[in-house]
Amino acid sequence: MPTANSINRRAFLKLSGFTGAALTIGFYFPALAEEGVAIVTAETADTLGIALNAFISIDKTGKVSILNHRSEMGQGSFQAVPQMIAEELEVSLDQVSISFAPGHQNKYGSQITGGSSTVRGAYKHLLRTGATAREMLVEAAAKKWNVPATECYAKNGEVIHRPSSKKLGYGELVEEASKITPPKNVPLKERKDYTIIGQPLPRQDTPLKVNGKAEFGIDKKLPGLLYAVVERSPHFLGKIKSYDDSAVKAMPGVKYVIKVQMPVFDTTREGIAIIADNTWAAMQARKALKVEWDTSGFEHLDTTGLYNRMKEDLKKPGLSQRTGGNFEAAYGKAAKKLEAVYETPYEAHACMEPLNCTAYVQNDKCEIWGPIQGPDWIQRDLADRLNMPIDNITVHMTFLGGGFGRKAFTDYTAEAALISKEIKAPVQVVWTREDDMTQGPFRPGAVYECKAGLNNGRITAYQTKMAAQNMDHQWPHADKTSFNNSTTEGLAEAFINGIDHYSFCDVPTESPVPVMWWRSVYSSTNGFAYESFMDELAVAAEKDPLDFRRQHLREERYGALIDMLEEKTGWKSRGKSSGWGVAITECFKSVVGEAVKVSRNAAGRLTIDRIVAVMDCGWYVNPDIIKAQVEGSIVMALGAATIHETHFTDGKAVETNFHQYQMPRINDVPEIEVYIMENEEKPGGVGEPGLPPFAPALCNAIFDLTGKRIRKLPFNMNEI
Amino acid sequence: MASYKLSINGGSYAVEADPKMPLLWVLRDLLNLTGTKYGCGMAQCGACTVHLNGNAIRSCSMPISAVGNQKITTIEGISSDNSHVVQQAWIAEQVPQCGYCQTGQIMSAVALLKRNANPTDRDIDMAMQGNICRCGTYPRIRKAIHKAAAMMKQPPAKSF
Repeated sequence: MPTANSINRRAFLKLSGFTGAALTIGFYFPALAEEGVAIVTAETADTLGIALNAFISIDKTGKVSILNHRSEMGQGSFQAVPQMIAEELEVSLDQVSISFAPGHQNKYGSQITGGSSTVRGAYKHLLRTGATAREMLVEAAAKKWNVPATECYAKNGEVIHRPSSKKLGYGELVEEASKITPPKNVPLKERKDYTIIGQPLPRQDTPLKVNGKAEFGIDKKLPGLLYAVVERSPHFLGKIKSYDDSAVKAMPGVKYVIKVQMPVFDTTREGIAIIADNTWAAMQARKALKVEWDTSGFEHLDTTGLYNRMKEDLKKPGLSQRTGGNFEAAYGKAAKKLEAVYETPYEAHACMEPLNCTAYVQNDKCEIWGPIQGPDWIQRDLADRLNMPIDNITVHMTFLGGGFGRKAFTDYTAEAALISKEIKAPVQVVWTREDDMTQGPFRPGAVYECKAGLNNGRITAYQTKMAAQNMDHQWPHADKTSFNNSTTEGLAEAFINGIDHYSFCDVPTESPVPVMWWRSVYSSTNGFAYESFMDELAVAAEKDPLDFRRQHLREERYGALIDMLEEKTGWKSRGKSSGWGVAITECFKSVVGEAVKVSRNAAGRLTIDRIVAVMDCGWYVNPDIIKAQVEGSIVMALGAATIHETHFTDGKAVETNFHQYQMPRINDVPEIEVYIMENEEKPGGVGEPGLPPFAPALCNAIFDLTGKRIRKLPFNMNEI
Repeated sequence: MASYKLSINGGSYAVEADPKMPLLWVLRDLLNLTGTKYGCGMAQCGACTVHLNGNAIRSCSMPISAVGNQKITTIEGISSDNSHVVQQAWIAEQVPQCGYCQTGQIMSAVALLKRNANPTDRDIDMAMQGNICRCGTYPRIRKAIHKAAAMMKQPPAKSF
């Protein structure tokens, strides 16, 4: 049973700026999974001795406060979470304020913001919590009026007695409601009755983000705050042989120079932290530091060698298999056989807000502030590392200037905490853009070998073999002998039921390059391989690419998506003067189809004229945020397909800043049309699934226009 | 170290700083004006964009000693209540996602509209190329600038 010693009710009320009585209600995760998720009030929580997560609190003025248990890195949890609760609570969004929940595993369950999981992971609990509070307020009003609760209903922050039209505001009911035991199995609204969910309501964080008031991790200020940068080995895994900090210590503003360690998976990085009274002073002083790095015993690998290794690995059988039917037999019998090899690059996350973390370690407690995707993980990590009770670690959340998976890690927070512990002062560690871009972890590059057999215009056998670093193999004591499902994520998901004989294998390539989740993870590269290959197969089968895909789908859901894509693109009347390509991928329980139109402009340069995306994420909360996420996913995919790549030479990353790692700019991006499917499916992810289909759709369009097949990313649009 | 008197957002600020210290860090670390962001430190990304006498510049590459008595405007000086037409257009088009680059984007957009009240898509592309948005809000930025330009043409609402 979780304990209630870090945030009791009074502390929460104080935190929320409440005075006097209030209704505070939330759900908690009992220690025993079979107990399910329980909804409790502050009173019940006190009695049970559990920590109340306090998702919703309503004060005597009727003001509703909601804690967001997930990170806000642009994907819109700050809007989606209150929109879901407000719907069931029957309040308008302007009655609601939202703030970040600090990291606490016992109270908020998993808080890692990843896998596009905020809505799809918690929607049932959030709706039920809102509905439970609503029912308690209705019951409180019925008690006050001494009428049956069935004669009362809630609307717009009030409970109304239907026969008499009497009304009481929520604020007038909270005291009574807080004494009521939360009812079980409250009714949830039907989708047709929604007035908030499903609406493109403006984001509540937007006003803060257009005047500089939004607080990002790097904006955190504390009394006596010092600023640090860390000189890091340019070579992966380099150790400090010796260093000379005499010139550094003489520089203005410098307070300390210390050796630090940073855990990265099963390795330990070494660095020299320069701590000064402002960021720039620390950056300047770092230039005066002389470090001799010991890189002996480590690989001085380069990109060419790395990809050669992956290609060699493709000759191995692969330790992992996901199979159906008998690929080899069916392939042997195929009338037409196709083979192709695809390559995708390593990529940096390059969040606009470089990594940073503010830490203050005092005798028996540690506070962390930063752009963080995994606060509960950080809490656990630091409790171990600092040998403190978990409740003495507080992870405060700020807005994130981008995350994309990189900020769902514990390396940068551990490093900041260790520096603060040593200097006994609050410190903000800022990674320079160069640190951020060269240190990784990176999206792993991959090489895919695809084979398929066709009979009568249908795929009868399909195989993908992939060679790439396996992210899960970096952890200490990782099981490297069996398939862990991660690498085949989103691979041919859409068509898997429509092909009788298939086989997927991956050969984990060993390399010291640290690799990490990058928006849509392995799907981000898997989608390119299989949807490009699908197009090659359609061409070989002499079929229309949409018809060919339709023919291999066994679910109506995909059929409806293809119909929509066909309609919105005007597919059947597209003509021959330009090139059109499509791709459809599924990941994180959402399916996205994208179509791209390309042509040559007067100067002969290839241009993207139209991008049409159809998102099927099932039940959804805010269509405008979904559109924004698909737009953003496409722009990020465009960069990774046509502009940037992280290369390695001599065991280090080559691209250090945006002058080398170029980004898509406003002039590279045309209008993007996004359509959302309306159906009864469960909610799927929104932040990531729009990314994988873009690169193959673009390359398929280029093939359609030019006859040139692109099998290696990134490629230069100007050279086609 | 040297003493500087800076004119920022219509106010006067005295700071002690190394003459080479970029304006960005003076604003952020010495004056707590954190709306101006660090992105690259080499004038490649535009997150640190501020105005110097009304022109958009990259504050990460502008040493404090070069500022002199020129008027500095930061995002905090555009308006703190979001009353500026560009901020309103940004809200209307729901431009920001993570929001980190947006203060710099807005500073570039305000400077563009000041010298060109009716920009074409091409004008916008030219003026805004220096500002990276990793979230990919570019199509909405373009729409918001057109919207702001249209709003600027409308007569101000009457107040009684």
